[in-house]
Amino acid sequence: MSRLRVERLSRPGVSVSNLVIDAGICAAVHGASGSGKTLLLRAIADLDEAQGEVWLDERARSSMSGPQWRQRVMYVASESHWWASLVREHALDWPADDLQTLGLEPDVLDWEVRRLSSGERQRLALVRAISHSPSALLLDEPTANLDGVNAERVERLIEAWRRRTDGCVLWVSHDPGQRARVASIRYQVEAGKLRQTDAE
Amino acid sequence: MQSEGLIILSPLDLGIASSLVLLLAGLSWQLRLGIGRRVLIAAARSTVQLLLLGLVLKALFSSDNPWLVAALAAVMLGVAGYEVMARQKHRLRGIWGYGTGALSMFLSSFSIAVLALLVLLQPEPWYLPQYAIPLLGMLLGNTMTGIAVSLDNLTRQTLEKAGQIETRLALGQSAAEAIGDIRREALRSGLIPIVNSMSTAGIVSLPGMMTGQILAGSPPMEAAKYQLLILFLIAAGTGLGSMTAVMLGSKRLFDRRSRLRCDRLTE
Repeated sequence: MSRLRVERLSRPGVSVSNLVIDAGICAAVHGASGSGKTLLLRAIADLDEAQGEVWLDERARSSMSGPQWRQRVMYVASESHWWASLVREHALDWPADDLQTLGLEPDVLDWEVRRLSSGERQRLALVRAISHSPSALLLDEPTANLDGVNAERVERLIEAWRRRTDGCVLWVSHDPGQRARVASIRYQVEAGKLRQTDAE
Repeated sequence: MQSEGLIILSPLDLGIASSLVLLLAGLSWQLRLGIGRRVLIAAARSTVQLLLLGLVLKALFSSDNPWLVAALAAVMLGVAGYEVMARQKHRLRGIWGYGTGALSMFLSSFSIAVLALLVLLQPEPWYLPQYAIPLLGMLLGNTMTGIAVSLDNLTRQTLEKAGQIETRLALGQSAAEAIGDIRREALRSGLIPIVNSMSTAGIVSLPGMMTGQILAGSPPMEAAKYQLLILFLIAAGTGLGSMTAVMLGSKRLFDRRSRLRCDRLTE
């Protein structure tokens, strides 16, 4: 059970008066590039300074430390970054089911990160995020560099995670078809403002 | 000229030596290295600075007023702090850019110099300028390099690897975990010069201080012992200073919510 509530959040470039994503729900966000989607996600994850408050269930962000909040409300950037040489070193636990859902063999964990394609890295970054047991996921174009087959695999992974944990998802996507498939509420960011849109 | 083992240099001797620097400047102009001007300025600076220092020390040695010693020490520290700041490509904004290096040098060089004077050398009085000023100078000069290299490495790598650091933060790691590798690497890079100079001392290089003492007529064994003392003090000072600088600097790169703050660095 994790419900995310954003209350009067504002930073240069983007502001949100009220946004609620209930437990187990996926909300999609779209908007022209430069409209402030990434800024919004980073502000919610507390990676950038912003005014306002965000709640996870009944716990306010300001009542937790930055790292505690980010572990629960996890931002996954559109470009994945890796700091160690082997994939395995980036998380304690890599669920085999999740790897399989994404079409990745378990031995990928013993590969060197630099030998992976950018698509493989992007998919692995999602498993890495999930394996840190977040309560909410903020996904910034998670399928941007993936072909249709792999994009669909990612959609299935996130759906499975949502059902398993009852967590909530805020998903930035450029693809209207994808937004319709994954999300039950849709938003648009325009000139730094968030507004709900009707079903597309 | 020779007096009690010390060969006194005449202005002509220095003139000949300086003509070699002029030759170097001429060559670099010929080869279009673009550094000839800076060679000349640096040589002129060292001439003025060292002659002035000679005059100041001469006055200081005959007075042994502790406040004058403290004042000269403060000037040396002030300039060293500026040098550390100037050697960094990306430095912390505001007072931190200067303060981080200067404070680290103050903590390491001053405390180690005072320790050496009070416990090891024990001149009478302990701040006797003949000992205090050269000792502090050697320490500042060397810790300055270590601290500057460490801080430069820290800020450069933080900017280069901002994506990695933020990914680690996004996964819930603390600031210390997220920047741990970079911190260690920065420290290591600052300590390498002193480790190298300790390992090659006496084989490849004859360290400056020992050379000076031998030229001034000291027995070689005494000169070697002094050099060892200084090397150990420098190693400790560089280590302590670099650790302080990297800790202070990396703290400043994050805010209270453990967000990475690259905006606190200058271009």
